[in-house]
Amino acid sequence: MRATVLVRPKPGILDPQGEAVLGSLKQLGFAVDDARVGRVVDLELQNGDRERARADLERMCKQLLANPLIESYEIELVEEE
Amino acid sequence: MSTAEPKPRVAVITFPGSNDDHDAALALTRLGAEVLPVWHADRELPDVRAVVLPGGFSYGDYLRAGALARFAPVMDSVRALAADGGLVLGICNGFQVLCEAGLLPGALRPNHSLSFVCRDVPLTVERTDTPFTARCAKGQRLSIPIKHGEGCFFAGPELLPELERSDQIVLRYEGESPNGSVAGIAGIVNAQGNVMGVMPHPEHAVDALTGSTDGALLLGSLVDAARVDAAEPAAV
Repeated sequence: MRATVLVRPKPGILDPQGEAVLGSLKQLGFAVDDARVGRVVDLELQNGDRERARADLERMCKQLLANPLIESYEIELVEEE
Repeated sequence: MSTAEPKPRVAVITFPGSNDDHDAALALTRLGAEVLPVWHADRELPDVRAVVLPGGFSYGDYLRAGALARFAPVMDSVRALAADGGLVLGICNGFQVLCEAGLLPGALRPNHSLSFVCRDVPLTVERTDTPFTARCAKGQRLSIPIKHGEGCFFAGPELLPELERSDQIVLRYEGESPNGSVAGIAGIVNAQGNVMGVMPHPEHAVDALTGSTDGALLLGSLVDAARVDAAEPAAV
């Protein structure tokens, strides 16, 4: 089973990368008000059971993939074709 | 005084990607400590009451600075030592590791400027009743170099007042913070006062040849505290 985890800086957390990207986009002439830069983690899971996989992913996010103090995360399980 | 007085023992941990471990060991040795190098994969610490987590880029700073080092085998022993009242000092990357490991509150984020900052910075000593600052005077101004890309200390709207209230902020940048840290925070201790994290590098400021020797005040305090701790019978 495949999964994608999106990790984002929490609202209100200073995101210098996002600010730099926003500045550059404006310089290029795009009409943008805000930009935030996060991280994508693509995973190939051994576990085929959706419930178990989701529980594992939650734990992965809390323990390692995100720092809950400054980052939020979103888990997306990808259906096998 | 007996000439055979044992030297205070301090462990210095090397993670893959640490690069200030040798400077830390050299500085501590010159300040009178017996330094015991420890590899990150070692499960046990040697018989010490003080340990230093040095600067560098452990595990390449992958994911987040310090995020992977907190799972190094040796970290269980560091946690146990901290829980037992032993002294733990994290410098720069070591500070990041201690925050990620939950041994210190808060988090370190990329510098506000997004630039790697490498220069001497003026600091103010807020507390002198810690094992890491006892050789300093309250309000003393220190000059110690920083060199980091992710030193912007973050504490949320609940944590920051808590840190101020419980007097856990030990060092602050004087004037404008070089990295965007909240409240100019350069160094904090845990609530018990036996675990400290600092972004500036005291080990790079111990010899007049390279400028300031103010770093010796911090590391010397640690050596003093380790000596006292070793002389006292272990607490039951």
